[in-house]
Amino acid sequence: MSDLETLEAEINTAIAGADSEAALEDVRVAALGKKGSVSEKMKTLGKMSPEERKEMGPALNGLKNRVGEAITARKELLKEEALNARLASETVDVSQPLRTTPAEEGRIHPISQVTDELIAIFADMGFSVAEGPDIETDELNFTALNFPEGHPAREMHDTFFFNEKEEGERMLLRTHTSPVQIRAMKSQEPPLRLIMPGRTYRCDSDQTHTPMFHQLEGLVIDKTTHIGHLKGTLEEFLKAFFEVDDVELRFRPSFFPFTEPSMEVDVKCDRSGSEVKIGTGNDWMEILGCGMVHSNVLRNCGLDPDVYQGFAWGIGIDRLAMLKYGMNDLRAFFDADVRWLKHYGFRPLDMPALVSGLSK
Amino acid sequence: MKFTLSWLKDHLETDASLDEIVERLTLIGLEVEEITNPADRLGTFKIARVLEAEQHPNADRLRVLKVDTGEGEPLQVVCGAPNARKGLIGVFAKPGDYIPGLDVTLSVGKIRDVESHGMMASERELELSDEHDGVIDLPEDAPVGTPFVAYAGLDDPVIEIGLTPNRSDCASVFGIARDLAASGLGTLKTPQKTQINAHSNANDLKILLDLGDSPEHCPAFGYRVVRGIKNGPSPKWMQKRLVAIGLRPINALVDITNYMTFDQGRPLHVFDADKVSGDLTVRHGKAGEELVGLDGKTYAVDENVVVIADDNGLESLGGIMGGESTGCDENTTNVVIESALWDPLNIARTGRKLGVSTDARYRFERGVDPAYMVEGLEVATKLVMDLCGGGEASDAHVVGEVPQEERIIDFPLSEVKRLSGLEVSHGEIKAILSLLGFWVAGNGDVVKVSPPSWRPDVHGKADLVEEVMRIVGIDKVPTATLPRMEPISQKVLTVSQIRRSNARRALATRGMDEAVLWSFIPKAHAEHFGGGNPLLSLANPISADMSDMRPSLLPGLLSAAQRNADRGYADVALFEVGQVFENDSEKGQKMVIAGIRRGTAKPTGSGRHWSGNAENIDVFDAKADAGAVLQSIGAQVNNLMVFTDAPSYYHPGRSGALKMGPKNTLAYFGEIHPKTLEALDIEGPLVAFEVFIDAVPQPKKKATKSKGALNAADLMPVKRDFAFLVDSSIPVEKLLKAAKGADKALITNVNLFDIYEGQGVPEGHRSLAIDVTLQPTKKTLTDEDIEAVSNKIVASVQKATGGTLRG
Repeated sequence: MSDLETLEAEINTAIAGADSEAALEDVRVAALGKKGSVSEKMKTLGKMSPEERKEMGPALNGLKNRVGEAITARKELLKEEALNARLASETVDVSQPLRTTPAEEGRIHPISQVTDELIAIFADMGFSVAEGPDIETDELNFTALNFPEGHPAREMHDTFFFNEKEEGERMLLRTHTSPVQIRAMKSQEPPLRLIMPGRTYRCDSDQTHTPMFHQLEGLVIDKTTHIGHLKGTLEEFLKAFFEVDDVELRFRPSFFPFTEPSMEVDVKCDRSGSEVKIGTGNDWMEILGCGMVHSNVLRNCGLDPDVYQGFAWGIGIDRLAMLKYGMNDLRAFFDADVRWLKHYGFRPLDMPALVSGLSK
Repeated sequence: MKFTLSWLKDHLETDASLDEIVERLTLIGLEVEEITNPADRLGTFKIARVLEAEQHPNADRLRVLKVDTGEGEPLQVVCGAPNARKGLIGVFAKPGDYIPGLDVTLSVGKIRDVESHGMMASERELELSDEHDGVIDLPEDAPVGTPFVAYAGLDDPVIEIGLTPNRSDCASVFGIARDLAASGLGTLKTPQKTQINAHSNANDLKILLDLGDSPEHCPAFGYRVVRGIKNGPSPKWMQKRLVAIGLRPINALVDITNYMTFDQGRPLHVFDADKVSGDLTVRHGKAGEELVGLDGKTYAVDENVVVIADDNGLESLGGIMGGESTGCDENTTNVVIESALWDPLNIARTGRKLGVSTDARYRFERGVDPAYMVEGLEVATKLVMDLCGGGEASDAHVVGEVPQEERIIDFPLSEVKRLSGLEVSHGEIKAILSLLGFWVAGNGDVVKVSPPSWRPDVHGKADLVEEVMRIVGIDKVPTATLPRMEPISQKVLTVSQIRRSNARRALATRGMDEAVLWSFIPKAHAEHFGGGNPLLSLANPISADMSDMRPSLLPGLLSAAQRNADRGYADVALFEVGQVFENDSEKGQKMVIAGIRRGTAKPTGSGRHWSGNAENIDVFDAKADAGAVLQSIGAQVNNLMVFTDAPSYYHPGRSGALKMGPKNTLAYFGEIHPKTLEALDIEGPLVAFEVFIDAVPQPKKKATKSKGALNAADLMPVKRDFAFLVDSSIPVEKLLKAAKGADKALITNVNLFDIYEGQGVPEGHRSLAIDVTLQPTKKTLTDEDIEAVSNKIVASVQKATGGTLRG
């Protein structure tokens, strides 16, 4: 082995042995620095004969280049190893659970969600949303709606009253959202298509009755709408709301002071299990009351019953929620038990819309 | 209204099955609520004969029977009934049978050491009557071994219909049969006119009407005296029907009045004539007068109550209930039978006032057929004479006059199509109305129609349409679709409705749960939150905890938080979007969005977590919630002023109000005052906010929806930090505004990044550190430019707050 070969082998061993960038720099300086072993050899070239130089020149240059490359390669490797070591040391346990994002935690109450669902359906059919006060006069809650003074139908409403005022007037908590119908018919020109969601009150309490509950009434007034339209509207509404392909309805003659003819509507369902299934089965379940607006009511609102006609209906929002989403105790709706709210409530970004399906 | 199938068939000739009848009843508006058949629960009981009856060896009052049940060996039965005897034919229940009256299922038992393999049943044990003095004792010819229900005719379904208040005509079995017949389900059996052999001289009792200026309270009073009768139990067939519909047989006279009430919808009263002193007068009551009714209760009457009185005082609440002192018992021999008309409104008012519900009141307040008043008296008289051993009847007398009301409706036959959409021929319309008993006259497109006397509910054209439609069948009405009003659905929500919806979802995305709480709260809570207005106190609350309309959403939310805490859920964040009440007017009802956070229910999460434990909620969480709501409903939150005059239920030093000008409050927020916690008996920490959405100005209509061009500068923004020493009483907001206002063109943002009190800062002062963002638009800022702005900021802050730059 020549001197140069021996030197190269020594330097390569040193490069391989350098385990840090600093050690490698030491090797570089020892070989290629001003007084390095390779540089010292290069300096001898000047004193050589042209023949010797011709032989040794390329050999030394080759050595210098190879050593330089080896050092660069080693440097890259060391850098890579150092990065790997750093990354390894930075490892975390990504299985650590996160806090739930607030938007996943919060819930919309089923009454609000179902009301939004109902609005989505009826808005598509051209209905606007009307509202009115909870504290009403006897006139708007009863008299204008054709409940004669002292009529037993008034008693069926289990009304909450306020104390009589000095002038003898006694305010009450509306027993239905129908006073809003009167307000609307008195203040707006037909044609009217309105839904009226809101709180209503009756002095009653058990598993399916609470002293406060929510109603959605609908009203259509124009010059042509008849019971056929009423049937069609309710059928389409129930289909859309329960998100089923078909519903079968049974209309029974009934009585409400503010409509004539009046009907109660049963929906075909399956009550065999613990939950009611709409759109299938062989049972009937009463679901709403409706009818053609009574001529006296129209007259009370300044509309000529021989010119204007239309229908109205009323349905329980809470009850619709119970039927669709399977709650069995109405009282729990108003208890604000977070376990119930988390279970039956809806995610804030799940806004009901017909285009995306009312519910997930 | 309850009746049995066989009872119905007394009046209706029909081949229809029970199912068909039930379905038709529902379709014509007489909704069937329940069908029960006693045979279903008594089907196992058989007729059996007692072969032997020996004294029980160990008990004086018991006997040991050998009973022939019609199959197999005779069975040994221990029996305690006094009438258990050899040869008795009775009703036998075997082990395994359910005894409804005892609510037990029989098993083989040992009674005083003697085995018993069943029992002989009493009527009460089978729920047939209250009779329990002995076991059922059947006639000799009762077929042993056959089912008792078949022999006793108990296989008779009981149908209960839910009667709507307008259909008083169907508060009787006859009326129901009449309606079914009109619907084509059979033929009504029209009763013969009743003839009574009367003796005009048998009447020595007068009825006087003395109702002053309201004679309509009792327009007519029919009566008759019957003498020499014998009152005892009513016949079995009548008792069976009364029991089937839940009435208790008492004696023949009482049972007859009950029977007439249900069979014909004609309430009657029978006085024991011998207990009546002098004449009977129908008059208004007087304050202080009292009547002990047949139910044993005492009723105090007043000037609005119509009573029947004799020389001894009150004897009856007219049309509602008779009195105890002139009631009929087993010794009654002479009676006055009353069949009268009473004013529906006055009956309803009286019944409500006195809190008395009777079958008579039920019918009179809905309307009883006036035309049947006299005939009802005749039928009742006949029943009394038939069932109470003859007697001698006086002539029927009518005091007052049965009103002859003529209701004629001009009925365009096209109304049926106009209101119902149903195509029915003129002939068919007229035929249906006639079948229902309406008088119809005329041949044109408009006919004259008069409703029968038993239909007080029919007044107008729409009523007639309903009659036609319910008989034709609502299912025959073709379904139609409402025509679209607009090609594309329009915006249908008001600003307030949209705001509520947005706020709801904004709060839920902040981790809060929406609650819906009672509109009424305990009075003490209402008062603590500024309510308690007597106008807002319910006269008839369902409970003391629900007595007053809420002046704020917070009492409900705070109480709800405590309920959750009591269940082990201490960290809750709840909100409600709902109405509060300032007074009882429409404007006094306001929409509010309010929320509470309890414990560590921070918007970022609650409780402990490896990434950092949540601290207790504080006033700034509530402020952030209020801000989020305001933002979501379109308020310019950055322009609002913060005041510190929140209501007294908030912590005075940790609460605030967000206002547009000093008078328009948009929101309150803060920690709940310790006294409030005490008043509501709840525990904190609790923070709350209330946003008054109606106070936020309505959005301005804009000409275009364009957001305009984006004006983003090309030059780099520059940030500079400042620290000011400021008196601690100066609100931070003042300093920030001063800094921001120092150069409105250049300064785009001022951010408070540190508040420091303590070493190095004089007592009573704070160090407030801000960074200010300068956004040049035309040229890069030079050091001189920046220096100039900095000086302006320092000067502006100093002027506004007295603060100095911290060295």
